[in-house]
Amino acid sequence: MPENKTHTEVNDVAPRFNLIQSLHRNRRLLFPVVALILILIGDRIIQPNFFNIRVVDGRLVGSLIDILNRGTPTVLLAVGMTLVIATKGIDLSVGAVIAICGAVAAVLISTTTLPPLIVILISIAAGMLCGLWNGILVAYMGIQPIVATLILMVIGRGIAQLITNGQIATFSNPTLEFVGKGVLLGFPFPIFLSLIVFGLVWLLVRRTAIGLLVESVGANDRASFFAGIDAARFKVFVYVISGVCAALAGLIVTADIKGADANNAGLWLELDAVLAVVIGGTALTGGRFFLGTSVIGAFIIQAIQTGIFVSGLPPTFNLIVQAVVILAILFLQSEELRRLFVRIFTSLRKPA
Amino acid sequence: MRSRQLLLAVLVTIFAILGSAVLVHAQDQITVGFAQTGSESGWRTAFTEAMIAEAESQNINLIFSDGQQKQENQIAALRSFIAQGVDAIILAPLVETGWDEVFQEAQDAGIPVFIIDRNVTADPSLYVTRIASDFVYEGRLAAAWLATATANREQCNIVELYGTVGSSAAIDRATGFAETIALFPNLELVASQSGDFTRTGGKEVMESFLNSLDPASICAVFGHNDDMLIGAIEAMKEAGIDPADDILTVSVDAIDDIFVSMMNGDANATVLLSPNMGVQAYAAIRSYLAGETLPALIPVPSAMYFQDTAAEEYAARTGG
Amino acid sequence: MFTNAHPIAVLKTEKLTKSFGSVKALSNVDFNLYAGEVHAVLGENGAGKSTLIKLITGVYNKDHGAILLDGKAIEPHSPHEAQSLGISAVYQEINLVPTLSVAENLYLGRQPMRWGMIDTRRVNTNAKALLKTYDLNIDVTRTLSTFSTAIQQIVAIARGVDMSARVLILDEPTASLDANEVQMLFGVISLLKARGIAILLITHFLDQVYQISDRITVLRNGEKVGEHLTADLPKRQLIPLMLGRDLAINDPADSTARITSDTGTNTFLQAEGIGRHGMLHPLDLHVDKGEIVGLAGLLGSGRTEAAKLLFGIVPHDAGDVRVKGKKVLLRSPRDAVQNGFGMCPEDRKVEGILAELSVRENIVLALQAKQGWFNSLGHKRQQEIAEEMIRALHIVTPDSNKPAGELSGGNQQKVILARWLASQPEFLILDEPTRGIDVGAHAEIIQIIKRLCAEGMALLVISSELAEVVDYSHRVIVLRDRQKLTELSGEEITEQTIMQAIAEK
Ligand SMILES: Nc1ncnc2c1ncn2[C@@H]1O[C@H](COP(=O)(O)OP(=O)(O)OP(=O)(O)O)[C@@H](O)[C@H]1O
Ligand SMILES: [Mg+2]
Repeated sequence: MPENKTHTEVNDVAPRFNLIQSLHRNRRLLFPVVALILILIGDRIIQPNFFNIRVVDGRLVGSLIDILNRGTPTVLLAVGMTLVIATKGIDLSVGAVIAICGAVAAVLISTTTLPPLIVILISIAAGMLCGLWNGILVAYMGIQPIVATLILMVIGRGIAQLITNGQIATFSNPTLEFVGKGVLLGFPFPIFLSLIVFGLVWLLVRRTAIGLLVESVGANDRASFFAGIDAARFKVFVYVISGVCAALAGLIVTADIKGADANNAGLWLELDAVLAVVIGGTALTGGRFFLGTSVIGAFIIQAIQTGIFVSGLPPTFNLIVQAVVILAILFLQSEELRRLFVRIFTSLRKPA
Repeated sequence: MRSRQLLLAVLVTIFAILGSAVLVHAQDQITVGFAQTGSESGWRTAFTEAMIAEAESQNINLIFSDGQQKQENQIAALRSFIAQGVDAIILAPLVETGWDEVFQEAQDAGIPVFIIDRNVTADPSLYVTRIASDFVYEGRLAAAWLATATANREQCNIVELYGTVGSSAAIDRATGFAETIALFPNLELVASQSGDFTRTGGKEVMESFLNSLDPASICAVFGHNDDMLIGAIEAMKEAGIDPADDILTVSVDAIDDIFVSMMNGDANATVLLSPNMGVQAYAAIRSYLAGETLPALIPVPSAMYFQDTAAEEYAARTGG
Repeated sequence: MFTNAHPIAVLKTEKLTKSFGSVKALSNVDFNLYAGEVHAVLGENGAGKSTLIKLITGVYNKDHGAILLDGKAIEPHSPHEAQSLGISAVYQEINLVPTLSVAENLYLGRQPMRWGMIDTRRVNTNAKALLKTYDLNIDVTRTLSTFSTAIQQIVAIARGVDMSARVLILDEPTASLDANEVQMLFGVISLLKARGIAILLITHFLDQVYQISDRITVLRNGEKVGEHLTADLPKRQLIPLMLGRDLAINDPADSTARITSDTGTNTFLQAEGIGRHGMLHPLDLHVDKGEIVGLAGLLGSGRTEAAKLLFGIVPHDAGDVRVKGKKVLLRSPRDAVQNGFGMCPEDRKVEGILAELSVRENIVLALQAKQGWFNSLGHKRQQEIAEEMIRALHIVTPDSNKPAGELSGGNQQKVILARWLASQPEFLILDEPTRGIDVGAHAEIIQIIKRLCAEGMALLVISSELAEVVDYSHRVIVLRDRQKLTELSGEEITEQTIMQAIAEK
């Protein structure tokens, strides 16, 4: 009988190989961590005091803290973007949503008497609305995600400018400022905020069935539909999450400079977020997603950026250095390239 | 001493420009077509408003056209100016290339073309002159002020908040600044990184400077624009440093918010990038129509503002 | 007969071996293919058949061993390379461009040119002439997708052979063809055989093996367990060779296994005048608890369409559906699932499998979707369900975490069946449940169908294998031209009566 064919044999050996197997299976996940460590070591070599941390007025100050703190907007975006990409989508509008939500918060706090917490909630609701718009275009209008979110990416900054009247809308409010500049237990507050959001989203998708269902929609949305999954509702859901994450990122960058810069807030950040997700091992073709490594991916990008800042290299080299380092990471990650190396290597050895 | 002489020369230039009053006579009315790129930034809007206001006060009939960030629109506007038979055309070009044909048409119709702000690659015989603010000069001015402010210091280490990599404003301001501080042995540029002309960028770059260098060793910060410097002020405060006192600041643009910082004692000086190019432009047109020959480039004067006049200037700007 | 007259193999493999991780998909296989023969490669699901041809055509690279073409070692790294060496393969999923015309598909990438442009007229006349040699007289300028699967398959074969093929490989080519189309395809195969082309055929239809093949190689667990002339290996001996055990073949003739049901008293599903414009003429249909209703008819007769309407994949625009007497709305599969329906779709690759997700996740998917977003099954419970199903359906996989796309074709089919069994439906629609499944598993699946029925489930089954339909159905609804022709029940149901009903004017 077939039942004694494969299962019994494998069941005997399976427990022993479990660790190795799961390491082997998850080697793609290990990779971003290794890359981050290598980059940090590289930074340390370039700038000997890179790992130094001082205490100034009860807050920790140093390049490592900077990476954590400055990386938070990208981390938040990457969390939302991971879910969107898992459904085979992409959200190019998050940079513009940052500008919109920042503008909403800055203008409300400086021109009305609304309590800051309400202002924050309204700003988050604006992000949800943006996500809802994207989600409906993608899921119910059947517009390609890249096109659907491009619409908001383009008009979003215009909307933000209308809200701020074309100026940088500055404000002064300790509660709102705390979101971007506050210090808690010595660490900048945005670090806590992004950790909390990551934790909540992780629980939401991994402790419920949502993660599995999102992956199934991304892996094969037709088959998921056949299995009784409402794929359209899931798509709306992930874009709304992405919108909320963008709103929080918007609050951070706005609070950080005590002003909403409609032209520049979150500019090109959508591309960093997509890159972080890809470095984290989630494929743009959807399906399996990895929230944790997307976050690592975001910190990788920030570690490169901060490394360049402290390197003393002329600014004209910035973009080239970034591109080369990221290309190197993606090359090392590429299955095809590794296989090619193996083939070249074995064919070199054969004649000997 | 050589450096003193040069410093003096620089300062004389500054005051010469600041002091030059523009004489306005009652003049014949002329009609001028003005093709603007669009209204993509606050500076651009201010530029447009100044052009219109200046035209009114000089008895000029200005026909204004907003190109909405499209060269086609600007070319169409130029053609309509030609058809209307204006006395002169002012073009703020969106891009550098692709103007020869329509310039030729203007020349054939006998209408002179004046370029304002950005440059063009067209054959110089096709237009009269270019009126532009000089980024290199702004860099020089900022450096000159730093030189005077630190004249009695042994050594002054400067960090630079570089603009967007590749933009002419960043390249030229850096050039002007560097060539001027090279003349003062006590001034040294120790770090320069791009903050992309944004507040967030300026803050992040300044943070990293304060981490990688000894904050006590930094004597001054030069921002390619005010926004980056405002971000850097935040970074300094958070690191427990008193901006403008512990670290001197100078930046370019003279936007409203930098005056607030100066009033609060957080910034020292800003260089004015004048959006009011109308005075020079209309003066150039009138001289040309009167038969005078003009240089290929007419610079728009830059000026500087300091803490002592900040409150006054801010009130003047926001009050009316 | 050609069979004995060819001492030199056109294509030969020696000790060909390939592993995927811990799975030995193929080990030390010596395979010989001679000119002018049809050579069937047989074996259970997961035996390594597809792996063998994928190694030969360069889809995978071998671990070790050799592939010899005309006695010379070759090492193709892609199907394209294999093609240029003279080895063509036609897979079950046809790899042509459905939106191009037949002629364009035949000459894609090698069009005759004139003045630097594609000479469309010559493409068309050449295509017409080429297909004539296959006794196929069709309008070559029509879009490929407007033709039946059989004709598309012949076009694919014609293209492969015309590109100077010496060896033609066919992986389950008849899986989605009806009886007439199979005969048409076999006609083409005989023709090519007569031209001296060596043909490797993979199929699970043993009757077809005996009709068309000259030689049989049997694989089991990745090893070759026998090579015989078809004439020397009767079915009785073949099956134990494939399975490594004996099989009590269900002979439909003495089908006493049919369970009696008390029709009418315990109706689960009652559809009245259900239909959709341009898809299915309104028809009445009911299925009782503990009853199996078969849908019979040729390809395109409306069987799959009926199933899709019932499952809400396409909403019906006529008629209504009652479940246990209560009227229900079926606008999406979600509605259907909430009402206790399940459905194994016909097209496994597009509508069924989530290739990159694990076997476990594939199996629990429908149950989880039914339970909703927040009522998660938990990893342990998932594992239990998956392992139970893997055991019950004999799914060949090293563990439940393997990506489902890496299972063999037949095992993927079983995973989808498992998905719906795990969701514990009251009513299960099965569209070609035994397609691509080996003889051993075939019998098992039929046993499962009967058992589910005995446990009180209502089933609606579509199958092109009449013997099978006759075997388990209590009633058979015969469809033609997208409408219901007649309904047979009880003793009326024989292959003969169904065939008659289909053919009747
Ligand atoms: N890409 C792959 N990755 C991992 N394992 C694979 C892969 N392809 C095949 N296998 C494994 O190799 C074995 C042989 O598979 P193969 O597809 O050759 O079977 P088959 O004989 O064609 O079966 P079927 O009749 O079901 O199509 C199976 O156990 C399968 O799980
Ligand atoms: Mg197979």
